Amino acid sequence: MAEYEHLEDEFGNADSSRRNFLKQSSALAALALTPVAASAAIDNGLDEKMAAAFEQMPLQVDINGTMRKLSIEPRVTLLDLLREQLHLTGTKKGCDHGQCGACTVHVDGQRVNACLTLAMTTEGCKVTTIEGLGTLDQMHPMQEAFIKHDGFQCGYCTPGQIMSAVACIREGHANNPDEVREYMSGNICRCGAYANIVDAIMDVKQGGVRV
Amino acid sequence: MNQFQYTRVTTPKAAVSALSQENGTYFLAGGTNLIDLIKREVVVPERLVDINKLPLATIEKTSTGLRIGAMAKNSAVADHDLAKKHAPLLSMALNAGASAQLRNMATVGGNMMQRTRCPYFYDPSMPCNKRSPVQAGPDKGQPNGPSGCGAIGGINRMHAIFGTSNKCIAVHPSDMCIALVALDATVNVSGPKGDRKIPFGDFHRLPGDAPQKDNTLLPGELIMSVDIPTNKFADNSHYLKVRDRASYAFALISVGVAVDMKRDTIQDIRLAMGGVAHKPWRLTEAEHFLRGKPATEANFKQAATIAMNGAKGYGENDFKLTLAPNSLIDALKTATKTA
Repeated sequence: MAEYEHLEDEFGNADSSRRNFLKQSSALAALALTPVAASAAIDNGLDEKMAAAFEQMPLQVDINGTMRKLSIEPRVTLLDLLREQLHLTGTKKGCDHGQCGACTVHVDGQRVNACLTLAMTTEGCKVTTIEGLGTLDQMHPMQEAFIKHDGFQCGYCTPGQIMSAVACIREGHANNPDEVREYMSGNICRCGAYANIVDAIMDVKQGGVRV
Repeated sequence: MNQFQYTRVTTPKAAVSALSQENGTYFLAGGTNLIDLIKREVVVPERLVDINKLPLATIEKTSTGLRIGAMAKNSAVADHDLAKKHAPLLSMALNAGASAQLRNMATVGGNMMQRTRCPYFYDPSMPCNKRSPVQAGPDKGQPNGPSGCGAIGGINRMHAIFGTSNKCIAVHPSDMCIALVALDATVNVSGPKGDRKIPFGDFHRLPGDAPQKDNTLLPGELIMSVDIPTNKFADNSHYLKVRDRASYAFALISVGVAVDMKRDTIQDIRLAMGGVAHKPWRLTEAEHFLRGKPATEANFKQAATIAMNGAKGYGENDFKLTLAPNSLIDALKTATKTA
């Protein structure tokens, strides 16, 4: 068991299929695999995670003001990078298909669905998540307004709602409740807190504070 | 998602070259449709060529009209002063599509390349000739699943009433393309054999015997920009989108109307419909009828009757045979300010 734990440290998460792979081949042989050979290993039903270790690509991206030098698989979405690799779990995974808005973050100031954004496409970009918007001690005005107006019930959609709401005002699309409803339509709330969310956004907009 | 190779390119030439090199290679622009399709294993790519760093996002006035770069974001075009002034129909159509987040991601070229949202196409366990053509080539990127058309005789509430075939009754889902076909846009493409121009009405195609082909792009071709000719439609344009909820839903029926009015008379007019065909559906015969005629409800009704020539329902979508002409009349009234 000890030798497996050692390998886990080197290659990340271990599972039974990888252990089977390691039983069949020496680690030395695996290290000689090229990316193409690694893909072939997948086709042959061998260990996907081992192959994945050879498919990592470098990515430099500014997350909430900190430049991160990362190594990721090209198929990783920005959402999974944030949650699974960087443990910024404020951004939520709802539908994972761009239909609910729970994963809304800002990339270079624009609100986007992190679930449909390949992380590799954010090379050199500035990403802002709910963690970068405010802190418990110093909340963003939109966070304060959501609390004041009870703009949520279960709270799962709330980080996405707040990121979207801040962008909505910055874009100049929060001039009246109808416009807010239209431009917030990409954020679904199953609890149905919509009326209070619109109130919170209009309050911040009319308060005139810089968001 | 399956594992794939990833290449980032910074010049159109490199993009075209990368796409031509191997089967199963796709351009990645905004990704709002492609990433979704990969997650559902409708598309199983070998390689994605990321074209997001290409310098093709300019929106500019030219001597003959507007030129919009293929990589311009849908939101950037919709909110651009030039679009609002010279092609308000395009702004309206773009803002009727998707959500604010998706419009920030989606590009003009990507919007044109988006696939149908037919539920049979989207589910590899279901029969679909578009996803799994009978005559599948050696292309390793060819998605899997059974052939056939599940929508004919199946769930087809969202499906086409014009230009269908016995192989496919899917619709093209774009709002933007309805405006572009109405405004006589031209698509500029670059490919392994050089540059060429495609009239927007010829860019998308009807399903016929090859529903796997959404458009007339040749292998390796890259959309560079879209040209919209100068027009006199700015004061009388309207995009009407009828859908199941007020926002963030695909069209059951949409209508793009652009009119050049001289007092009460229709000097010139462009009409197109969405949610009804495999391609953005231009209504040239109805346009011809209305040209030179006064903007009256009676004329609009007659134009709508002409527009519906050849329409055919498939059961669940029979309501479109009524909704489409009514929507056309409604949009005409709004555009001509005779409502």
